[in-house]
Amino acid sequence: MLDFLKEPILALQDFFFLTGRAFKNIFRRPHYTDDILLQMDIIGVGSLPIVTLTGFFSGAVMALQMSRALSTYGATGQVGPIVAITLVRELGPVLSALLVAGRNGSGIASELGSMKVTEQIDAMRALGTDPTQKLVTPRLIATAVMLPLLTIISDFVGLVGGFIVAHFTLDQTAAQYWNGAYKILVWNDLAQGLLKPLIFGIVIALVGCFSGLRTSGGTQGVGRSTTQAVVVASVWVFVITLFITRIFVTQQ
Amino acid sequence: MRLENVSLTFGDNVALNDVSFELKEGDTRIIYGAAGSGKSVTLKAALGLLKPDSGRVFLFGQDTTDLEERDLFSIRSKIGVLFQEGGLFDSMNIEDNVAYPLLNQKSAANGNSHAKEDIPERVREALRFVELEQTLAKFPSELSGGMRRRAGIARATVTGPPLMLYDSPTAGLDPISANTIVALIIKARDTKNTTSAIVTHRHQDGHLLANFRYNPESRHLEPVPPNDEGIHSRTRFMVFGEGRLVFEGTEEELQNSTDPYISKFKAVKT
Repeated sequence: MLDFLKEPILALQDFFFLTGRAFKNIFRRPHYTDDILLQMDIIGVGSLPIVTLTGFFSGAVMALQMSRALSTYGATGQVGPIVAITLVRELGPVLSALLVAGRNGSGIASELGSMKVTEQIDAMRALGTDPTQKLVTPRLIATAVMLPLLTIISDFVGLVGGFIVAHFTLDQTAAQYWNGAYKILVWNDLAQGLLKPLIFGIVIALVGCFSGLRTSGGTQGVGRSTTQAVVVASVWVFVITLFITRIFVTQQ
Repeated sequence: MRLENVSLTFGDNVALNDVSFELKEGDTRIIYGAAGSGKSVTLKAALGLLKPDSGRVFLFGQDTTDLEERDLFSIRSKIGVLFQEGGLFDSMNIEDNVAYPLLNQKSAANGNSHAKEDIPERVREALRFVELEQTLAKFPSELSGGMRRRAGIARATVTGPPLMLYDSPTAGLDPISANTIVALIIKARDTKNTTSAIVTHRHQDGHLLANFRYNPESRHLEPVPPNDEGIHSRTRFMVFGEGRLVFEGTEEELQNSTDPYISKFKAVKT
């Protein structure tokens, strides 16, 4: 009767096996440093333009939206602190993660998926290389390192976007805006603002690799895995952010 | 290489059903079968790429059925594999592809890494063997299907493995390219004395392998003289049907078979 549960539970088990192996390989030789650097370039440097652009506009929009609400209370001076808190705690990590999931999660899944259906993964195993070590671990390390860095840049550019709006539409001075934005942030905000992208990065890389390596059924299967990787990773980003926020909010 | 009562299923599909056979040193085995009959799966099960549900797999006298992936690597380094489409890595050029086993496998002879300074020369030699020396810097996507398989043969033979497995080396190729590939397989068998298993659905491939040999002087294939029993007796045929091994024997026995399914793989006498 519960047969329909078998497959998802089996998939979940396989996912955790892959996760375990991928983490174990971080400490095992051989280390494919070239692959790690290449992936860091693709994921980090490659995503920089889009992450910066989105960061800038989300900060600007946030300042605009808030200025309308704040003006009701005559508190438009608070726009700096509000933009800082929303960006650093939530919007920066989540938006960057969604972009990287769309851009790199899909890329990882389609690359590994194509390798799977053209027997390159089998060839790799036959030629004495562990695909987890050669393909999964470098992507895991690269995404987990680069996503927090991207988030920091995105947060900063978002604050700049907010400042431009505050300066030109609300006539705030630079000192007013930046002081407010800087002073409101406490360690708790920074901690959750950096922990989130780290966890998101791990999840995006592992979900992308897992979907890719499970691909079957030719090129059509590659398309399916790619879609699945983006959808699953994005949903997890929202679920995880809720849990992490919950932990940090109760701590305050 | 020996398989004992190997069975393997994918979900509800039985891919292999109680398959047993043995491939001795120096033998050539031609494996025929319709699409989905389990011939490719047999090779993958033998390599440990797929784990059988039941039965045992032995390679070079060692039971490899339950070995961990990492422990299998040293045994796999003694086996050269040509995958269906060549299995070349898209992200690397031909030179790096052929060098890959040299860089990543311990040498089968002494368990040490291959000497780095020899690698370029050995890569060139392997590509010369398949007559693809001019493609070193090209990427697999720039090569034709036949050339990709030849590069795949170069990669599989570069470490000089004693056992070669060919998964449908001629599938999807025009007859001329297909014959070139079979000629290379014969060349590898006769000049390097490899034990070979060839999965194919073309009866011409088996006929060539059983009746021709490579002449190193003329660099061409020549018919095996009837009094030379070496190649004839060491070349055996197997036919798979729906995951079962339905025939095993010499070419003569295959020709004499009356079973309608097995007869499909008889060579047409000219």
